[in-house]
Amino acid sequence: MESVFEATVTTSDRGAVVVMTGTVNRSAKEALEAAYEEATSMSGRVLLDFRRVDYINSTGIAVIVGILAMARAEDRVVAAFGLTDHYREVFNITRLSDFMTIYDDETAAVAAG
Amino acid sequence: MVQLMRRRRTEGTGRPTSDSAQVAASKTRLIDAIPIPQGDPLETLLLTSGGPVQLRDLDLESEALASIRAAGVELIVPLIGQGELLGALYLGPRLSDQPYSTDDRRLLGSLASQVAPAMKVAQLVREQQAEAEERERIQQELQVAALIQQTLLPKELPAIPGWHVDAFYRPARAVGGDFYDFIALEDGRLGVVIGDVTDKGVPAALVMATCRSMLRAAAQRHTSPAAVLADVNDALVPEIPPAMFVTCLYAIIDTEAGELVFANAGHNLPYVRTADGVIELRATGMPLGLMTAMPYDEKSYSMASGEVMVLTSDGITEAHDPDGEMYGFSRLMSRVARKPSNGDMVAAVVRDLEEFTGADVEQEDDITLVVVRRTSSAQDSAQTFEETGRVLDTFTVASEEGNERIAIDRVTAVVVPLGLDPGRLERLKTAVGETVMNAMEHGNENRPELEVGVEVIATEESISVRVTDQGGERPIPEATTPDLEAKLAGEQTPRGWGLFLIEQMVDEVRSTSGGGAHTIELIMNREGAA
Repeated sequence: MESVFEATVTTSDRGAVVVMTGTVNRSAKEALEAAYEEATSMSGRVLLDFRRVDYINSTGIAVIVGILAMARAEDRVVAAFGLTDHYREVFNITRLSDFMTIYDDETAAVAAG
Repeated sequence: MVQLMRRRRTEGTGRPTSDSAQVAASKTRLIDAIPIPQGDPLETLLLTSGGPVQLRDLDLESEALASIRAAGVELIVPLIGQGELLGALYLGPRLSDQPYSTDDRRLLGSLASQVAPAMKVAQLVREQQAEAEERERIQQELQVAALIQQTLLPKELPAIPGWHVDAFYRPARAVGGDFYDFIALEDGRLGVVIGDVTDKGVPAALVMATCRSMLRAAAQRHTSPAAVLADVNDALVPEIPPAMFVTCLYAIIDTEAGELVFANAGHNLPYVRTADGVIELRATGMPLGLMTAMPYDEKSYSMASGEVMVLTSDGITEAHDPDGEMYGFSRLMSRVARKPSNGDMVAAVVRDLEEFTGADVEQEDDITLVVVRRTSSAQDSAQTFEETGRVLDTFTVASEEGNERIAIDRVTAVVVPLGLDPGRLERLKTAVGETVMNAMEHGNENRPELEVGVEVIATEESISVRVTDQGGERPIPEATTPDLEAKLAGEQTPRGWGLFLIEQMVDEVRSTSGGGAHTIELIMNREGAA
């Protein structure tokens, strides 16, 4: 079963938003890291938009941990929004939410910037 | 020649009317009380006049004014309280034939300002007395209606070996027309009735009593539920008041064989909780009392041991929460799908309903619930499906990346009808995905020709998903909490979340090996916090 993942970057004066679509698993690593690199070409925090993500598994969590490790190494703030209640719970259990503020929606995320 | 025109509110319509009281002395002529309709220009003028008004000064398009003039009135003294025209004094010419002087008008104005508050108080007292009398009348009617219903509802529940029958009835303050009944039939069969008369109060209670008697009589004449309903319908049509009707479900249970035959006259569908989820028992038919010669569909269902049938009235499904949302059929179905922790389905549904509506909210309609559970049968072995479990699905997936999604979808398809809490369902899906991924990667070494087997089993208490790979006997690694700080610092690989997630997502994880296969069993309780 082929998984599909896309990541695009939009920028504004509030920072960069990485818009993800599809499945976040190990196959998403390359595209997500490229999008992160693009997002960090400008200053400010990086927002991860999960609204169009339908599935995240443990290999996808590993990809996100890799992004957070990169952000930590360069003192970059990463935040997220658009997670379902279930994946918010998963991010709490895995403690990813300790290292990445999770907002209810885009409005709250942008307002906090 | 003085007439007091007094306004009062007529019960029900709220429209003003008038009556009169003569306060004139001898040698005077009584002027008829001429009402001033609300919205008449004269009313507006009197409200803003600030005192007595001489008619000769008035030039108004007003029918009331024309009538008052024709009656010989010269002066109107408005009686105003709290911005409302409570009444008016109509005065004809002075006995001296002199016009009313400024002092006369001032005196009359002063008199009016003292009379008006007293009139207002009198008006309020009259209204309160009328309301109290109406409340008392309604209360008495409700007591009569409640008495009729409570007298006719079963005093005892049937005690039948192999079956457990329970019922609940709680009237609304306005007492609706809900009823239920159990009718003992020949050969140990049991008739079960649940019904609801449209309307409330005494009329509904009387129709309920009539309908109940007709059902009991017809149940002894016919062995077919459809024939019973058709018979009662024909008998009820000429007896029932216009615009009233009765919804009713009648089922006959063969308590030996577990066979249920039923017909439905427009009542809520019964739900049956089975090992495969909740099903609706559908049979069509018009409510009773609308038209004669109506056909009623008749269906049957064989109840297995452990299965529970739940009959309800619309007072449950049509109850609202404080935001106006309806309890609804899907919520009821979901509640029925979950086994109550203490086995008491009646209490579980009532509690769920109260949590939905709020505890202190006045009940909108009668609430009636009948629960029939088959506990055992002679044909069955000692074990019911709750104890042995029932296989809902068995399938395999090839060990190719992404195929865990196929497994998730298939497990979801068979688990959703069981009514598992949505949060717990999402957890189970994640655990299934991770377990199948582990089986493909670590057990079958990602060899596509090796399959991962998945089996989904439901018991009364839990859902179990068994995932088997062909990696042979091996110890399952202990799930440890990943060291996120070390991963973020680059000291550890970012991977290693699978086992941790599996353990966190479900209530229990078991591991067994044998015959070259390795099985992980995920157990998710059907009851529990999300």
